[in-house]
Amino acid sequence: MNDILDKIDTDTAAFRTHALPDHIVTPGEWETAALALGKGAAELTALWASRRGVHMLLRAGGNLGLLTLETEDSFPSVGRHHAPAQRMERAIRDLHGLIPEGAPDTRPWLDHGRWGVSHPLGRPGPATEARYPFLPAEGESLHQVAVGPVHAGIIEPGHFRFTAQGETLVRLEARLGYAHKGIGALMRGASLTRGAAIAGRTSGDSTVAYAWAYAQAVEAALGARVPERALWLRALMAELERLANHLGDIGATCNDAGFAMMLAHCGVLRERVLRAADAAFGHRLMRDCVLPGGVSRDLDAAGHAAIAELVREIRARFPALVALYDTSPSLLDRTVGTGWLDPALAARFAAGGFVGRASRRAFDTRRDLAYAPYDRLRFEVPCREDGDVNARILIRIAEVGQTLDLIDQLLVNLPGGEASAPMPEGTPGHMGLGLVEGFRGDVLAWVEIGPGGTLAASHLRDPSWFQWPLVEAAIEGNIIADFPLCNKSFNCSYSGHDL
Amino acid sequence: MRRLLLEGLLRRPLTEPLSPAEADETPALGAELAGAVRRKLGRSLAIRVVDAGSCNGCELEINALSNAFYDLERFGLHLVASPRHADVLLVTGPVTKNMAEALKRTYDAMPAPKWVVAAGDCALDGGCFAGSYAVLGGLQRLIPVDLQIPGCPPRPVDLLRSLVLLLEGG
Repeated sequence: MNDILDKIDTDTAAFRTHALPDHIVTPGEWETAALALGKGAAELTALWASRRGVHMLLRAGGNLGLLTLETEDSFPSVGRHHAPAQRMERAIRDLHGLIPEGAPDTRPWLDHGRWGVSHPLGRPGPATEARYPFLPAEGESLHQVAVGPVHAGIIEPGHFRFTAQGETLVRLEARLGYAHKGIGALMRGASLTRGAAIAGRTSGDSTVAYAWAYAQAVEAALGARVPERALWLRALMAELERLANHLGDIGATCNDAGFAMMLAHCGVLRERVLRAADAAFGHRLMRDCVLPGGVSRDLDAAGHAAIAELVREIRARFPALVALYDTSPSLLDRTVGTGWLDPALAARFAAGGFVGRASRRAFDTRRDLAYAPYDRLRFEVPCREDGDVNARILIRIAEVGQTLDLIDQLLVNLPGGEASAPMPEGTPGHMGLGLVEGFRGDVLAWVEIGPGGTLAASHLRDPSWFQWPLVEAAIEGNIIADFPLCNKSFNCSYSGHDL
Repeated sequence: MRRLLLEGLLRRPLTEPLSPAEADETPALGAELAGAVRRKLGRSLAIRVVDAGSCNGCELEINALSNAFYDLERFGLHLVASPRHADVLLVTGPVTKNMAEALKRTYDAMPAPKWVVAAGDCALDGGCFAGSYAVLGGLQRLIPVDLQIPGCPPRPVDLLRSLVLLLEGG
């Protein structure tokens, strides 16, 4: 096993600035790595496939290791030893037709039998059948409730199958994939510019995080240098995105507990963030603002002033809302103790973002796999151990404060110079990795450069891959009426997960 | 809480009047549609939103319509939970094949008369996802569309203008 752990040898500085090396492993070594994951000796950061075979990205501390098993038909199942890999393996099978041997769950995941084709990224075959058996739950007086993919609220599509005894949930099983758009196939052979547009539309609420992670991956693969000013402007956008999402979701989570006043007030602050972003960067969600090589629009004096005014406004208004949350027993009664996520599970699934940090996993890409300019900024990573809906709200409240401080630092110390630089010619076959802390957690982008400024392959991994299964665990034993509250407190991405 | 409520009473409302669109920005509304909605339904529209595989960007801006700045209910526009209560189906996303059946069933569940609005570039023609094996590439490939609102995503004020136009006639 130590041989495998020795392969986790790419330190942060190396993958942040250079093409990503990989270790070609044998099926035996692959399985040893899976066993090591199962024992908790390393974290699984991503698992995906390409034309060459399957890839597994492992993390231990500030080091990453990319293992590649070259194969055309099958590979030893990782999910057999390490549950977080199961849905990823099912997706690999659906998209590439590579079989995880010995996998405990052989049902399809993204493929609902409606594409008219199977294995669109591998050797295409006839469409699969649409039947999908849900996991059984047996016992006296159990009943099932099926919800989705069309929901009562204005949210993304997904199906939830609840098994309840009276009001209490015995099992929740999610079925996702309804938002699958075939991003992997669209990226293959796309120009680097089109790749950026698609990456920025993987999950709309994290468009900056995705565009930045993609740009990092491309720049690392090409060995490109990006102007300092561009990096600081990217961080400014990323923090505005975090701020907008945290403010919106703090309000929306309280609203799902029937406390509409928080939504009304937080909604006003969120709108202020989007308007400041629009004034500064020309788009409310800052879509297409981050491109490989830099940013598409520089910050002028008016934009600078709009963001500074925004920070003043939120500092003036937000504390009263935090006090409102803290002093409303009827609201706390719903959030405290509800939807508890076991820290052991958060660690096992390497749950990123506020979900992990509310359950003792003190990980933040900005600090632990640091990238510029965060290596020169002061911030704290709030962490709690209580792991319930309340803890996730309080982490996000603390992060709002950290983000406001970061925006202050970014505005004051913003370096001058160019906001973008031309990209060098790439070497076909070079791989690059990007990892950015979005509001939801670590967004990962992996690219392989093709000939003539194109993408040979890519993989975008949303933090939700490791969070969705935890929603199912956290909801157990809660009442069915608290599901919207629990689900919103995680706020996993459907589109980012479904690809 | 009392202080916040009191402040809310004393501060001027944040809600903004809906400014008329620039002449060249007026959304195209079919002649047969103009006035028909008002004639048949009066001054109120119930809207059912379905995400047919969008990136979630459009949903963020549709949700923003309920905030204090846009306050869509003042125009008689209501976002409703069931297609059985809806006059208008507002669809986002390129219509993924995995969502097509659920979307069609939602449409079929709505009582007539009913109208369909495609919001965002993806719902118009698939946007940057057009050509994928996994999407239909635009809402009109599945059901007839009465009104299109372009944008990636459309701004809340554009969504609001188009919906008000549908209600009041072109």
